Amino acid sequence: MSSIVLLIILSVYLGLLFIIAHWAEKRGNSKWTNNPYVYTLSMAVYCSAWTYYGSIGVAANSGLNYLPIYIGPIIIMPAWIIILRKIIRISKVNKISSIADFISLRYGNSRFLGALVSLICIFGILPYIALQLKAIAETFHVVTKTSTHSNIFNDTTTYVAIALALFASYYGTRYVDASEKRNGIVTAVAMESILKLFFFLLLGIYVTFFVFDGFDDIYAKASILENFKEKNTIGGIPQAINWFFLCILSLFAIFLLPRQFQMAVVENNRESHIKTAIWLFPLYLLLFNIFVYPVAWGGNILFDGQAVNPDTYSLLIPQFFNNQLITVFVFLGGFSAAISMIVVSSIGLSTMLSNNVLIPYGFLGRLQSDVQETNNKKIVNIRKVGIFSLIILAYLIYRVFVLEYNLFSIGMVSFVIIAQLAPAFFGAILWRRGSRNGAVAGIIVGFLICTYTLLIPYAIGFTNFEQAFINQGLFQIQLLKPFELFGLDYLDPVPHALFWSILFNVLVFLSVSVSFKGNYRERNYAEMFVDIDKYITMHENAFVWKGTAYISDIRKVLSRFLGEERTKRALNLFSLKYNVDKSQELADSRLIKFAENLLTGHIGTASAKILISSVVKEDKITLPEVLKILEESKENIIINKKLTETSRELKMITAQLEKANEDLISKDKQKDEFLDTISHELRTPITAIRAATEILHDDDDIPHEMKKQFLSNIISESDRLNRLITKILDLEKFDSGKQKIYVTENNIYHTISETIMQLKQLVENKKITIDLISEKNSVKAYYDEDRITQVLNNLLSNAIKFCPSHDGNIAIFITESNTEIEVAVQDNGKGIDENDFEAIFDKFYQSSNQNIKKPIGSGLGLAICKKIVEHHKGKIWAENVKDAGGKVTFTIPKFNRETTA
Amino acid sequence: MKKILIVDDEPNIVMSLEYTFKKNNFEVFIARDGHEALDILKNALPNIIILDVMMPHVDGYNTLEQIKKDPRLKDTKVIFLSAKNKEKDIEKGLSLGADLYMTKPFSVKKLVEQVNELIK
Repeated sequence: MSSIVLLIILSVYLGLLFIIAHWAEKRGNSKWTNNPYVYTLSMAVYCSAWTYYGSIGVAANSGLNYLPIYIGPIIIMPAWIIILRKIIRISKVNKISSIADFISLRYGNSRFLGALVSLICIFGILPYIALQLKAIAETFHVVTKTSTHSNIFNDTTTYVAIALALFASYYGTRYVDASEKRNGIVTAVAMESILKLFFFLLLGIYVTFFVFDGFDDIYAKASILENFKEKNTIGGIPQAINWFFLCILSLFAIFLLPRQFQMAVVENNRESHIKTAIWLFPLYLLLFNIFVYPVAWGGNILFDGQAVNPDTYSLLIPQFFNNQLITVFVFLGGFSAAISMIVVSSIGLSTMLSNNVLIPYGFLGRLQSDVQETNNKKIVNIRKVGIFSLIILAYLIYRVFVLEYNLFSIGMVSFVIIAQLAPAFFGAILWRRGSRNGAVAGIIVGFLICTYTLLIPYAIGFTNFEQAFINQGLFQIQLLKPFELFGLDYLDPVPHALFWSILFNVLVFLSVSVSFKGNYRERNYAEMFVDIDKYITMHENAFVWKGTAYISDIRKVLSRFLGEERTKRALNLFSLKYNVDKSQELADSRLIKFAENLLTGHIGTASAKILISSVVKEDKITLPEVLKILEESKENIIINKKLTETSRELKMITAQLEKANEDLISKDKQKDEFLDTISHELRTPITAIRAATEILHDDDDIPHEMKKQFLSNIISESDRLNRLITKILDLEKFDSGKQKIYVTENNIYHTISETIMQLKQLVENKKITIDLISEKNSVKAYYDEDRITQVLNNLLSNAIKFCPSHDGNIAIFITESNTEIEVAVQDNGKGIDENDFEAIFDKFYQSSNQNIKKPIGSGLGLAICKKIVEHHKGKIWAENVKDAGGKVTFTIPKFNRETTA
Repeated sequence: MKKILIVDDEPNIVMSLEYTFKKNNFEVFIARDGHEALDILKNALPNIIILDVMMPHVDGYNTLEQIKKDPRLKDTKVIFLSAKNKEKDIEKGLSLGADLYMTKPFSVKKLVEQVNELIK
């Protein structure tokens, strides 16, 4: 296949990934990007080109030795639900964005330790990235049947590397806050994980069932090959121990590799996603391994005796049978595996490089601009350049050193280097006494041993120089032979190096930690890390700090990186969370921690601490004091919880009080209105009397007829005044409970008929018809007849008033149940405003939408009716009858012997 | 002849006012609420209006607002005559543009004097 065609295919493929990343970035937190499957698949970034090509190489050369790399993670996976969750919690509350942040924060926010971890990671991973680039380049040449060009600028793979570097630096630095989620990258990596698995399975099926005749066929043909038996036995106890160490190694790697930390911890959206990961991820690894063996031995059969690199069997087999499609698919799968590893690793490494090395050790001074944009731009640029140069540097490593070792062994060396972080890392979450000095010493000693037992011999391997060092040891001391240190001669180089380096690493870490006390800050974070579950909700409480700090200074520092708006929002959030008065000037320990957290994502933990320390004045605290404060803070958290509950109750009570107060105010207002209305109502007849009397008094020439009229007016207005006063007094009696009712057995049919008779004149004047509808003409109940007559009189008067001037009709319904009687008075007028159904029974109620409109009648009638009915333990309500008019109904219990007050 | 419009829903008060102003040589128009008043004002142009506040349908304040919108009535004087005698009621009435606010009960003699004073 020509390079051009393959390049076009590659660009289309890369373009597709760009689109997916872009789409996912835009979709933000949709269920397509934020779900446990994407999370798990993104973790499959573990399966790099090494898995994809290298496993086959190992299987072809040495049988089952590729397996421990997958067994380790699978063994530890169930424990993820505890360990990984803990790590995720710690990282989330502390805004941790890399393993360097994680370790350095735990050991007292140590700048040196953070930088050390970062450098170890970069040192370990850079060759690993080089390895991926090597895989891409070599397979590219295999597919196109070209060879590596000696001029770097004429080699097409150079440009592929540059394109990758650009992609990674563009999408890896979308957010200044490195602890933000990168949905685009995660989704693209998940997609690639699906593709690489799919293509690999496709190849496996092709080789097993199309090239060969199933697994049996391969086995049958392979078993007659030379060395088959030796390559496919575990090889006794020594080999089993080798396996054991390899499993431990990969177990460390699944936690410690920067790309795994990135995907499993930093990019984790929800803790619950781990639940899916613990079964889906092993399943993924298992599927990936099904066809490794058949393909490897299929290759061995096909290319028996030929000098081909077994790492490339997966391409050579389809190519051998001239199957271009499968060849390209396999290449794309390998390409996916490589680039996801490269992109994710370089993001992780550049975050560490910027946040844990460059910014705290030099660039912090350059980030002093008061403008947030300028600072953020600088940070992003540092990372962009970081990612880009890491990838290019890795490419140069590959080109310059032309790595001779196969994929597997370089990957292993990387693992061993990264494994040096294991004691400090696991110690961080399990052991309170672990100290910064212990961690630093352990990592350095471990790294030195690993250099001696692995790196130097491998480096010598490049040059084929001074083999004596390997064969005879340093200064020809047998005990110092790098591959057989202290005479340990049955381990392979990698397990051997792991054993000695980790052994010394752990011993030094333990002994230094125990021998020298760490400072209080270490101990403080130790508590927070080990007991994260206790501090998860209010972890700022667990931060011990004493000194003087002004909120305004902290605000200034924050806004330099977060901007005014976000700083304001964050501080508001803080004061809400901890119920802190916003006008407070002095910052407390919680705010210091909160502020450090806010900055951590941008510039790393160490720099965040440095920046905040630069504006506050911290007092020294002794270790016992820290422990005492922590003990108190644990209690405080419990007390705080109680306080929160109490405060919630208080809030509820306050709300109730406020409500009661409002009711009182409203009652008071009602009373005022009542008095207002009463005085108005009383003044109106007095006004009429006053005017008429004045005329009669002053005007001697008043005609006789007029005189009569005025005098009659005075009489009727006086009566009106008297009625009004009676009603007011009535109502007042009911209100104050002085009103008594005297119940006797009565016939409501009779009472109603009597009342109608009283109103006969009014009814006839308005030409209204009245229908009294009842099943029987004797419906007995106990009530105060005078009072109920008053009610009926009122309801009927109102009904008469509301009847239209023509064809007015009033219907009175009497219904009876076992316990009560019900009387309804219905007119055929306009009906009652729905909003007024209840309010018309209030004293002097004036329809709400026309608060000044004069009430009809005295405004007291219905209020008195209600009081009377209620004193009979009955109910009264108003409603409208469709197409008929208004209707007021009241009920009275039948047996109401008691005299109610 | 001077024209007066009396707007009140209390027939007995209206009767006294009607008698008094007729006797004082006014042509008297009578309305029982704001509605009727505005209807009458479509045709008649009184020199003065006596306006109650608490009336059914359209109250005195609303009525005055309508009156103030009519340019033909810009010279017409308005007196509020109301049993609402609180400070804030009086202020409201005057702020709407009434020339005088008299509270009920009132002296007939005083009212006549005030009316004559206003339309002099």
